[in-house]
Amino acid sequence: MNFKHKYVFLLPGLIVLIGILIFPIIFTVRLSLSGWNSFNPGLDFIGLKNYIRLFTDDPRFWQSFFRLSFLAITTVFLQYIIGFALAHMVWKDIKFKRFFRVLFLIPMMTTPVIMTVIWRTFFHESLGPLNDFLSIFGLQPPWLSSPGLAKVSIIVVEVWQWTSFMFLLMLAGLLSLPKEPFLAAAVDGASPFKKFIYVTFPLMAPISIGAIIIRLIEASKIMDTVFVLTSGGPGTSTETSSFFIFIKGLREFQMGYAATASFTYLIIMIISLTVIVKVLTKVLMRE
Amino acid sequence: MKLKTLISALASVLLIGSQVAHADKWGDQFPHIAATGDIPGMCSYESMSQKDYSGRTLTINTHAIPVMGEPTALHAEQFEKLTGAKVEVTHTPAGDLYSKAMVPFQAGQAPYDIVFGFSNFINDWKRYLAPVPQEYVDQMDGVSASHKAIASWDGVMYQYPVDGDRHYLKYRKDVIDNPEMQAKYKADTGKELKVPTTWKEYGEMASYFNGWDWDGDGELEYGSAEVMKKDDLMYAAFYSRSVAYAKNERTPGGFFFDLETMEPLINNPGFVEALTDWVDAVNYVPPGGINFGLGDEINSFGGGQTLFSFSWDDAFVAAMQPDSPIANQVGAAQLPGADKVWNRDNGMWDAKYNQAPFFVWGWAVGVAGKSENKDVAFDYLCFFANGANHQADIGIGRFGVNPFMEEDFKADVWTQIGWDKDIAQSYVDTLADMEKSTNRVFPLRVPGTFEFNSALATGTAKALAGQLSPQEALDEVYAEWVSILDRVGADNVRDAYAVGVKMEDNEL
Repeated sequence: MNFKHKYVFLLPGLIVLIGILIFPIIFTVRLSLSGWNSFNPGLDFIGLKNYIRLFTDDPRFWQSFFRLSFLAITTVFLQYIIGFALAHMVWKDIKFKRFFRVLFLIPMMTTPVIMTVIWRTFFHESLGPLNDFLSIFGLQPPWLSSPGLAKVSIIVVEVWQWTSFMFLLMLAGLLSLPKEPFLAAAVDGASPFKKFIYVTFPLMAPISIGAIIIRLIEASKIMDTVFVLTSGGPGTSTETSSFFIFIKGLREFQMGYAATASFTYLIIMIISLTVIVKVLTKVLMRE
Repeated sequence: MKLKTLISALASVLLIGSQVAHADKWGDQFPHIAATGDIPGMCSYESMSQKDYSGRTLTINTHAIPVMGEPTALHAEQFEKLTGAKVEVTHTPAGDLYSKAMVPFQAGQAPYDIVFGFSNFINDWKRYLAPVPQEYVDQMDGVSASHKAIASWDGVMYQYPVDGDRHYLKYRKDVIDNPEMQAKYKADTGKELKVPTTWKEYGEMASYFNGWDWDGDGELEYGSAEVMKKDDLMYAAFYSRSVAYAKNERTPGGFFFDLETMEPLINNPGFVEALTDWVDAVNYVPPGGINFGLGDEINSFGGGQTLFSFSWDDAFVAAMQPDSPIANQVGAAQLPGADKVWNRDNGMWDAKYNQAPFFVWGWAVGVAGKSENKDVAFDYLCFFANGANHQADIGIGRFGVNPFMEEDFKADVWTQIGWDKDIAQSYVDTLADMEKSTNRVFPLRVPGTFEFNSALATGTAKALAGQLSPQEALDEVYAEWVSILDRVGADNVRDAYAVGVKMEDNEL
């Protein structure tokens, strides 16, 4: 088989790759250099005007980005802690182990938008069951009307929905761990706490990094929860980058500007996640 | 002479008899119009039954069920039975109606023959829509002049009238007209309890009736239900509150912009006063009311949770339906006014009572210019809005079809569906008075409408959430509007805005 034949066999894959990955990115870059909006459709060329506007005259984009960072880091951190704890629990020989394993996976199997609608009803301040219950104690928290509590509500929904995913990965990791290090620790008389700190946790580091990164990538795209639960409100207090881009692109029809925000966001995320992977690897794997 | 009279009377009886026969026939076959039967006309059931569109497929993009989506689907099914056409209906959330049509429009495609949207899309959509053929326009004698104007651009009709929309005040008649409540309110506040004529009175009454069980149903009631959720039509609610303070008959030439200079007026003291009132309203809406969208507002007022509400007809019609807990206990009135109105010419408040109706945008529908089924599409729309369908549709709150025909402004239409006579009269008087007003505001219908309204929603939402003061919030909106004008082109916006200003200044 000569050199050229290899390319023939690679061609179908390359065509798919170009079609679904390269072309949309190139088109987004081109679109970001245009002023496409409802009045001026088409790929005219306006240079870096959109980028200048984004970097010098749009604090809302940057506020939404920092808000997103807070929400993503907080939710993924909580998902990791809770998911790891639950996985550790059902990894042991406990009663109804199989039942719990299935139970903890249920949130992930539900449709996010539908579940968020249910959560919205749950948090509804005058008609929802939560405040109905809390009113017994004289409490009526403004779950979705207060900027602070609205963020808490989003975090609760995200953690509820996606801890299952973290649980699944961590459980798979725990089940694949070798038995020898644990036997050695037992022979040395290590307490359960020490076993976890010095054996389980380090052995789980590579899987932890993978799970955290996968969830961070997903959490950084948080959109449906915000859209259904708060529409970015009250005010702009729960607006995230993807919600901002959605508003600019598909509500206001500023296609060119939305592409600019989208591409900038992509670059920031690539850089941020690369740094996070390095830091996590250094911290968790003690390189 | 006597013979002539006799023949003429006989002919009339035969004519009426034939119509009744049609009414019976079609009313039996289509229960939706059982109350009226078919009503003769170019697009009646009888007329449509004579068309043959077998083998033709009509595609429609409409709103989600029920509001406008349900009547679209219902009339599609009826149209199929009558004409043999196949009608494919796609339901889309309100927020996506614009982009779902606009993306293919801009790409030169027409995946839908008929697209539903809002009347304020007209400027962006008109270049992609087919004008309504004259034969259809000619048979719209009953459509009110204001709605013909809203559906048209420079004298050409692009949107087929299927719905009429205004914002007006809805109130609990059993409270406001209740002598015991009036005495209690007088004793506690020293003021008269009556239908509020200013936003200040509205706020005072709403605050007084907030957070206690004033109708004795064991539940807490609140002052007002309003659309305050960002990106859920809240900007329309803000305009309704602003017109009293910012629409001054003495200063024609623009409500949103100064038409001459294209300077945005959105942060002038009139708008700031309205936003200040609105920020106060956060204190008298139900818990979570700051997140109420239109559906929440309809359910809240229609479910008897609040004293007041103001927005589209749907909440009022829903409240008046037989299954409503407050059926025949609600009243309609003009939007409240103000004891002062901003005069931008002299930069001072005019100390006079001012009230201005807001003809907010409503449902609108057009036929794609590139559609290959324009004949079928216009017949469908004509059938949708025929007399029998229209009369049946306007009595069903969830349908979202509101009065726009002259005959809708007659109380009899509403008493026939169970409304009390005085309520029906107050309702039609409210609508008719809006038609007669010479100080009206029409929706913003310019290139980039969505950008302007979205910027306003963001700014006012920040004020409602306490992130910014009313002045700061509207200053931010002003800056954003200047920036949009720069991007879209002030002259392009001016050209379009001039059409709306002519309507507001009673020149059209």
